Amino acid sequence: MKAVILFHSTNHAIWAENELKSHKIVCKIISVPRHLSSDCGYCLQINAEDKEEAINLLNTNNIEFEKVEIL
Amino acid sequence: MLKDKKKSCVIYFDNAATSFPKPDCVTTAVVHYLTQIGANPGRSGHKLAIEAGQIVFKTRKSIAALFGLKNPMHVIFTSNATEALNTAIKGVLQKGDHVVTSSMEHNSTIRPLHEMEKEGIISLSIIKADKIGILDPEKIRKAITAKTKAVVINHASNVIGCIQPIREIGKICRENGVIFIVDCAQSAGVVPINIDQDNIDILAFAGHKGLYGPTGTGGMVIADGFDFKKIKPLKYGGTGSLSDKIEQPDFLPDRFESGTLNVAGLSGLLAGSEYIQNRDGGIRGILEHKIELQNYFIQQAEMLIKDFCCYSSFQLPSTGVVAFSINNFSVSETAQILSDKYGIMCRQGLHCSTLAHQTIGTFPAGTLRFGFSIFNKKEELDLAVQALKSISESRNI
Ligand SMILES: Cc1ncc(COP(=O)(O)O)c(C=O)c1O
Repeated sequence: MKAVILFHSTNHAIWAENELKSHKIVCKIISVPRHLSSDCGYCLQINAEDKEEAINLLNTNNIEFEKVEIL
Repeated sequence: MLKDKKKSCVIYFDNAATSFPKPDCVTTAVVHYLTQIGANPGRSGHKLAIEAGQIVFKTRKSIAALFGLKNPMHVIFTSNATEALNTAIKGVLQKGDHVVTSSMEHNSTIRPLHEMEKEGIISLSIIKADKIGILDPEKIRKAITAKTKAVVINHASNVIGCIQPIREIGKICRENGVIFIVDCAQSAGVVPINIDQDNIDILAFAGHKGLYGPTGTGGMVIADGFDFKKIKPLKYGGTGSLSDKIEQPDFLPDRFESGTLNVAGLSGLLAGSEYIQNRDGGIRGILEHKIELQNYFIQQAEMLIKDFCCYSSFQLPSTGVVAFSINNFSVSETAQILSDKYGIMCRQGLHCSTLAHQTIGTFPAGTLRFGFSIFNKKEELDLAVQALKSISESRNI
């Protein structure tokens, strides 16, 4: 199962990608799936089981995000 | 790269305006972006757009590291230092505010301030530096009133290279609850700067000088703890975020970065910034190299050129910028001969800083200016000293 993290800005999505990758969390920037709406054009896809760890990392680095959605 | 420069017999001493040559990695990075990536960052979601976005992010991170900043989103890219200074100055100041600045400012600071004063928006106190261009922090403390909103100071003089005691000035600002804006156009990449320890709230940098990036790059850096909502944006427009709303985003960097960024330029800036930060000895080593070149040049010139008149201080910490003139020769005439006959590129005149020249006593004649880079060698200085010697002797018949 996959999850996506949505951001207000692409700058934050790329920052998050760098941070998660540096902690070996598998992630990929993708266009926001059509059924979701977001403030910015792309989002970060992760494996759903990494959700908690990813959120923790974003919070500890003060990387703002909009929400996390399970696909 | 240096070989090419030698081939065309150019000695480039105009690095305080824009550095040249650039490290090879800068050129390679720009070409790589233009030929392999080319896309708009932060708009579309395709692979190339993401790669462009990654370049921008890495540049933000590298600049943040350079200034000891924690949050890379507090790095705002602009087209040069002037745009960053205008954003900070016009964004922070409101009607009735008082501002303290110095007689060593570049036009990019003094002109927007002067304009706001003329329009009756702000009142302005211009603190005079001493003859060697240094500010006394206590004079700044005394100039601060209950109405003072900001102190704006040029960290390193583009005219004579002297470095201001910004940490002390910043401390005074902190003690008085005043916003400290610093023009680091000349000092970024040359003098070690830590935005937190140096008590800076907002700094402006140029990417095309001491960071060895292309022209058209620069930025505004906002301290981690500073409430950036105190700065009103200068520009409004498309950011690739909140596209469903007509309000400007209120988060960083989008609040201040409307319109497509200069990604070609930023690619080069990233390479330049990494190049200088990874160099043996780091930024402190660069400063030492420049001081060494400056002292060598002044020493040789004073010894060998009879009519050499120097306005930069020997032995004082400086960014490797030497202001001088040759008696009996106008500075424009000397610069023209240096360029035409000897292939030595330098700047002459008032360097966008009338008040600084008034401070050091070189107004209205102006000076010649040599600004050294990490690539300049003592042999080039020897050639320049010989050229200046020949020029000075050509009229002593
Ligand atoms: C001290 C100082 N401030 C500001 C600037 C303006 O820089 P830019 O040309 O990048 O706008 C310069 C350089 O010209 C400078 O030397």
